[in-house]
Amino acid sequence: MSSWDDDETAASAAEAATTDVELLKRAWRNEKAAPEVLRFDSPLVSRVREQIQLLEETLDDFADSGVDDLVVSLYQMDLDRTLFLLRSYLRLRLQKIEKYTMHISRSDDLLSRLSPQERRFAKSCAEIMEKHLEQSVLSKLPYGYDSVTRQSLSSTEDDMVPEPQLDTFVFCKTKSDVGAFQLDDIGEEVVDLVADDLYVLRYKSIKGLVEGGRIDLI
Amino acid sequence: MAGQSDPHLSIFSPSEVEFVAEDEIVDIVPNIRMDALNMICGDFGPFFPQIPTKVPLWLAVALKKRGKCTIRTPDWMTLDRLTQVLEAERESPREFQPLPFHYIEISKLLFDHARDDISDAYLVRSLIEDIRDVRFHKVETGLETISGRTHAVKLKNLSAMEVNIVRPFMVRTLQAFYKHDSPQMIQQADNAGSRSTPVDRGPRVSLHF
Repeated sequence: MSSWDDDETAASAAEAATTDVELLKRAWRNEKAAPEVLRFDSPLVSRVREQIQLLEETLDDFADSGVDDLVVSLYQMDLDRTLFLLRSYLRLRLQKIEKYTMHISRSDDLLSRLSPQERRFAKSCAEIMEKHLEQSVLSKLPYGYDSVTRQSLSSTEDDMVPEPQLDTFVFCKTKSDVGAFQLDDIGEEVVDLVADDLYVLRYKSIKGLVEGGRIDLI
Repeated sequence: MAGQSDPHLSIFSPSEVEFVAEDEIVDIVPNIRMDALNMICGDFGPFFPQIPTKVPLWLAVALKKRGKCTIRTPDWMTLDRLTQVLEAERESPREFQPLPFHYIEISKLLFDHARDDISDAYLVRSLIEDIRDVRFHKVETGLETISGRTHAVKLKNLSAMEVNIVRPFMVRTLQAFYKHDSPQMIQQADNAGSRSTPVDRGPRVSLHF
């Protein structure tokens, strides 16, 4: 999907397969709107990083070969825009990882959604957090109340671990007709999802569609 | 509206909404010759004087600012089209007219940087403001109809900026109704004997507007 090989005019480029920037923009929007951290799109991020690097090198060459200022500044804008998207995407994820670090560290499924670097970050974040809580507060609490993850010994589950609110409502649009879609477990709530129409639905109900790329969060 | 200025609740700051809108394609008429641009976001040009060509809005504005092109008014932004849209908006209280998803951002950028390229700019601008007002009023009216029965909302043809502005309120409202209307809450109320009125747990209808 690299645009570097594309000789066609801008019009047909617009019609052709989605560019990496479009894909990154979609991943960024989904990540912004979703309450939980989504699957890291490793191939996309690698491709974008490559293209950024290539453009940075090209701009260096331009500086040496005296290319017109206007052209340089336009390419610079393209570079800046792409960098912004990438950085914001990565930062959003880091924010969510930091917020739900203990919750994520306990779930193999959630850990598998992170990039290797993010996994390292999550792990060290959880460790630092635990250590800090223990040193500053928990070690001073009476026995039975000093767990990082439970309020007290009588808690039946880990109730002190912040979790994302999956049943929050999100705005979304489908690219193609999905048809009748069941929102709840009992089959009372069914919605007909039509292409390009805008819906406000519970995130939990459409989680699968988001993962499969059939619905976009906006 | 509560939370309107808080980007965290709106998810996107207004600048971010504009950022996304800047990738929309517009027609420009360059007055210079320039080679094709092979950018990460796509390939554009080559550019010849007086030959119209398509570029993303951010690129068009950059060229316009340097006096290197004029920007063609998009078809939907003509006086005639917008007058029709405004009439249709006023006549259909439960529907939104189809407009480009980024109509607000696109028109703002064009007014800020290419006002001289838009015919009847002043009238067009006030038409768009009227359209925004009518549409927003519809959103507000629609919000009043949200109840505990609402499990989904359909907002066909709502635009990006409108979505972003209404998002915090709508999410919080739906969430509050969802929480307070859940079967457990109702059961507790019954057990406590606070009210004798039985709640109609009939099929939940999705709300359209």
